Amino acid sequence: MTAGTALIEANNLSVSVPGSGRWSLARKPPVDILIDVSVAVRPGEIVCMVGESGSGKTTFGRSLLGLVKPSAGQIVLDGTPLPDFTQRSFRRIRREASMLFQEPVTSFDPRQRIGSIIAEPRRIAGSGSLRNEDIVELARKADLAEPLLSHFPHALSGGQARRAAVARSLSVVPRLIVADEPTAGLDVSVQGGVLNLFLDIREEFQTAFLLITHNLSIARHVSDRIVILYLGRVLESGPAREIFRAPRHPYTRALLDSEPVPDPTKRRTAPPVIGEVPSLTARPSGCEFHTRCGFVQDRCRHERPVQSTISADHQVACHFPLSPRLTVVDQGPRLVPRAANRK
Amino acid sequence: MVVMEINTGTSIRNPVEPGFLRRAGRVASQVFFTPLGGIGCTLVLLILVIALFAPALAPYSPTAINVKERLADPSLHHLLGTDQLGRDLLSRVMVGTQTAMMVAMSALSIALLAALPLGLIAGYGPRWLDACLILVFDSLSSLPMIMLGLAIVVLLGPGIPTVILVIVIYSVPSYARLVRTQTLSLKSRDFIKAEQAMNASTPRILFGHLLPNVIGPLLILACLDISTVITLEAGLSFLGLGVKPQVPSWGNILSDGFSVIRSTALPVIAGGVPLILATIGFTFFGEALRDALDPKLARERKP
Repeated sequence: MTAGTALIEANNLSVSVPGSGRWSLARKPPVDILIDVSVAVRPGEIVCMVGESGSGKTTFGRSLLGLVKPSAGQIVLDGTPLPDFTQRSFRRIRREASMLFQEPVTSFDPRQRIGSIIAEPRRIAGSGSLRNEDIVELARKADLAEPLLSHFPHALSGGQARRAAVARSLSVVPRLIVADEPTAGLDVSVQGGVLNLFLDIREEFQTAFLLITHNLSIARHVSDRIVILYLGRVLESGPAREIFRAPRHPYTRALLDSEPVPDPTKRRTAPPVIGEVPSLTARPSGCEFHTRCGFVQDRCRHERPVQSTISADHQVACHFPLSPRLTVVDQGPRLVPRAANRK
Repeated sequence: MVVMEINTGTSIRNPVEPGFLRRAGRVASQVFFTPLGGIGCTLVLLILVIALFAPALAPYSPTAINVKERLADPSLHHLLGTDQLGRDLLSRVMVGTQTAMMVAMSALSIALLAALPLGLIAGYGPRWLDACLILVFDSLSSLPMIMLGLAIVVLLGPGIPTVILVIVIYSVPSYARLVRTQTLSLKSRDFIKAEQAMNASTPRILFGHLLPNVIGPLLILACLDISTVITLEAGLSFLGLGVKPQVPSWGNILSDGFSVIRSTALPVIAGGVPLILATIGFTFFGEALRDALDPKLARERKP
């Protein structure tokens, strides 16, 4: 990747779940969740990882912090690669990064109060003060109402829990926040609030974000770069602006087209994606997207495409990338513009 | 920000406000005001009071021998009569309560203290360590209780410490297994993953987050087990393997009474009834406590 050192970089990262045990009679081969995923996040950048369910987005986020052990590849932090994938090595990353889980309530100890949960990273780091005023200040930064601090996690609503999780991740200022589906299960208006909170955090602390989502509107609203994941492989990655204007991979194209358009006169211009996501245990031959691709040709069925570079920062894994002239109808920002959303 | 949770409170409460006492009070009332829990609480309280103040409450010394009044019938002087050495049965039962509770409480506390770290390590630690510990637990619990007790008593001689040791060896495997199972199911939960992602140390995860979440069910199990343990102590004493014969204990009273059962059944009744009452009391109390603390049951009970 170009333009400065990446904060964190995954090179050809793979994750596979072991099949049956070595001595088992019913042999099951290991299942590959992620294959050769390379993603770089630069300081202060918001990278969106987009894919359908089962594409391995969540696994990627977790493997960056060592919650899932990668089976191959390399993780580079500030230009220095991790020597191995032991828990000890990941401590270096965990000092710099924090994780927002898909279900924030389940990521809180049910027997701790929110105030104590928010202070936890500071307590672990053994740095910074733990006075009530500081906790209240953290809550204020994350727009969390102060009376909630004395509640237990189960008493919080989805949006409140999300804010509490953000407050917790801010308590030791991280350089990277991995946010797994940060807007899942929230009202559109609350979604906007959470995303604006992210933008504010980036402005204040130059924190980089890896947003994991299936929601393209979110990617459109906040991201600098997009990574499209399909069956654990990167199909296309590049600057958000470029990808939203002129996607090169038929899958990206189909994803953009399947985004609901609020105008009935605008019709989709490319063949839609057909069928279901194939199983990870029975990957299609050749290009793994060929079973659902509207532009499939014979070569796709036999030969796996390699990543080809379109521009310095834009890669696509397709034998027949779409023409950049085939632009998508611009839908504009789907959320309320930021300025209008502020107090 | 336009989007905000509705801030209802004008009162700004302290983030670390203690609500523990209030919750403990609610649990206590839930335990006490159920029919079984009420009976259990009363019996447990009665037993605890007698155990604590036995030497002061007992009308006679439990070991004072008075051969002239041996096997006396109940009277105003001896409310429950006397045994074959003329010792006051009521005093012996009361001081026996103290023995029983002391053995049960200390044995269970030691067992809990040993089982908690063992179970946490087995559940959270590496697979090979888990396998080793499980092997030890299984071997221990596969030994027949009475044979194990006999062997230990023969090795160490009878006495209260021996009884405590037998009970500890007998109960540690089952407690450790419960802790291990709970730990296994908690360890893949997101909040433990979140702790790992926050760089929390293993002791912090084990004792700061896993322990508070497994200790509830464990305490309830221990409470239900008090009755078993009391019975066990009485059983060992009855066989002459428990506390020394001159020490008053329910098992010894039963054993003494057994030898004179053809002349009078009173000593057997005096030793047996407290045993039954203690069993009933602690079982009811434990069950009521479980119902009050188990959040799922609590939710079902709500209208």
